[in-house]
Amino acid sequence: MAQTATLPQTRRTPPTGFALLLYRLKKSFTTPTPYLTIAGIGLWLFTYWLLCEGLRVDRFDKIPGPVAVAQDWFSVHPFQGVSLFTENYWNHIAVSCQRIAIAFAIATGVGVPLGLFMGWSKRIRDYLFPILETLRPIPILAWVPLAILMLPGFEAPVIFLATLASLFVTTLNTMLGVESIDEEYFRAAGCLGSSNWDIFKNVVVPGALPFIFTGLQISIGVAWFSLVAAEMVSGDHGLGYLIVDSYVNSVTIPMVIGMLTLGLVGWLTSVLVRSLGNYLMQWHVRALALQGR
Amino acid sequence: MNVSAPFNEVGTPHAQPAQATKGAISIRNVTKIYDPEGVNVMAVDNCSMEIAGGEVCMIVGPSGCGKTTLLNAIAGFHSITSGEIRLDGELLCGPGKPKAKMGADRMVVFQHGALFPWRTLAENVAYGPIVQGVMSKSLAMEKARHMLAEAGLGDVGDKYPGEVSSGMARRAEIVRALINDPKVLLLDEPYRAMDALTKSIMHESLLETYDRTKVTIFFITHDLEEAIFLGDKVHIVTSRPCRRKKTVTVDIPRPRSYAVQSSEQFRLLIEEVNEAVHEEAMKAFEAGERELA
Repeated sequence: MAQTATLPQTRRTPPTGFALLLYRLKKSFTTPTPYLTIAGIGLWLFTYWLLCEGLRVDRFDKIPGPVAVAQDWFSVHPFQGVSLFTENYWNHIAVSCQRIAIAFAIATGVGVPLGLFMGWSKRIRDYLFPILETLRPIPILAWVPLAILMLPGFEAPVIFLATLASLFVTTLNTMLGVESIDEEYFRAAGCLGSSNWDIFKNVVVPGALPFIFTGLQISIGVAWFSLVAAEMVSGDHGLGYLIVDSYVNSVTIPMVIGMLTLGLVGWLTSVLVRSLGNYLMQWHVRALALQGR
Repeated sequence: MNVSAPFNEVGTPHAQPAQATKGAISIRNVTKIYDPEGVNVMAVDNCSMEIAGGEVCMIVGPSGCGKTTLLNAIAGFHSITSGEIRLDGELLCGPGKPKAKMGADRMVVFQHGALFPWRTLAENVAYGPIVQGVMSKSLAMEKARHMLAEAGLGDVGDKYPGEVSSGMARRAEIVRALINDPKVLLLDEPYRAMDALTKSIMHESLLETYDRTKVTIFFITHDLEEAIFLGDKVHIVTSRPCRRKKTVTVDIPRPRSYAVQSSEQFRLLIEEVNEAVHEEAMKAFEAGERELA
């Protein structure tokens, strides 16, 4: 019939891979999200420009505005020495990323198992929880002198500080993750004839995973800001060092470039962690998708 | 239609299909006292009942009366204070052994459902045989798919529990229990949160499963129609502490179809059970106690 012919074709199989990406992209342009994002960024840039370059408000006039920053950032011969085309810019990024990778790997490798065991066994928690709770509120900057005294060179103290900060977050979230698992899953696993090790592998670990990844997203953010704090105090390279070094040498544009780069790289690492989590927790993602989230 | 065993009478042998020889539970003088914050609360008081192998035994009582405590004792989730529980003559728990060992011979289907959300339905069903080491992984998955198909869930085996309806999930949970070839199925108000239409489908599917397997069923509910439609015997228990008040034998022949619910015999049975239950419900309401787990 003519009527049925005009109906849109029903898709039988969901798109995969690149087609899925295109589909999502196309769909996202039918929602207000991308337009609001662009408007938000535009508004922020305009305010920034107005304060520093447009109206030259008192005390803001010493800060480089968006036009000055962009000119230097994308220039082959930057006026103040740092741009996308200079080697030292990428060097700072690489050094910071490498430190984050090491610190985050150690914090996750230690924090997740520690949290799992603390959540699972009351005895282990009784041993460790009071120590964790005492050390956790100490600000990372307060650890700086101790780290410098304790560890040799530039590299070790900086990595130590970043690790320490994210370790607490990861451990605590993982422990809460295990505690959040419904008692009935443990009972069901027991009924089905699981050994303790089976329960650990098949209930404790997957059950805590959503909390673990929430924790890891926070922890990578914490790792970044404690890393930068550490680089500012003791360091010879890295984005934190770039920022404080530029300030000391009164070159303000690299300082702002360093800050914006830090924001972008930090965001990227957070996205990476989130994607890994979604990849590992298909069951969670699919259940949330059905609730329209 | 015969009814009503006298109060406190224990262990009437009654006609059962010849193939049902396993899964007889005898509960003798079981008492359970909880001790929250130094105040003794008696959940079960000197409760006795005999459940023949292959019988569908319904426990009906006001909510929070301690029915679940009884189920937890059989399953091995909680200890009992005194008395004993035997399965096919073997002591599960009793003097000197307050808590039964959890095992795959007694499978529990939980009130809120306890399929592991991080495993697909087929993986959930295959879990028991795999951890018990009874089957290889591939064999268990094959059997799981086969059993799911038998229960009308052939198409959703690869979905996660979060993606299917509560009715399907509950049916899959019963399949997960049955793959272990249990002696007893323990169900704790499994259809409580379902709408009437879904519930009636679940009832028919459970009856069909029972007619096929003749597994002993210990079913807790406070829905009288459900109790009489499904059960061979309906044990009405008192408001807390839980004691056996009255036993009604339902001799509607099997296989039963939904049509029996409009018969005169069914109506009279309801009336009889209702009378006993209503009195207890009033008592429980007046006592106004918080439900025990």
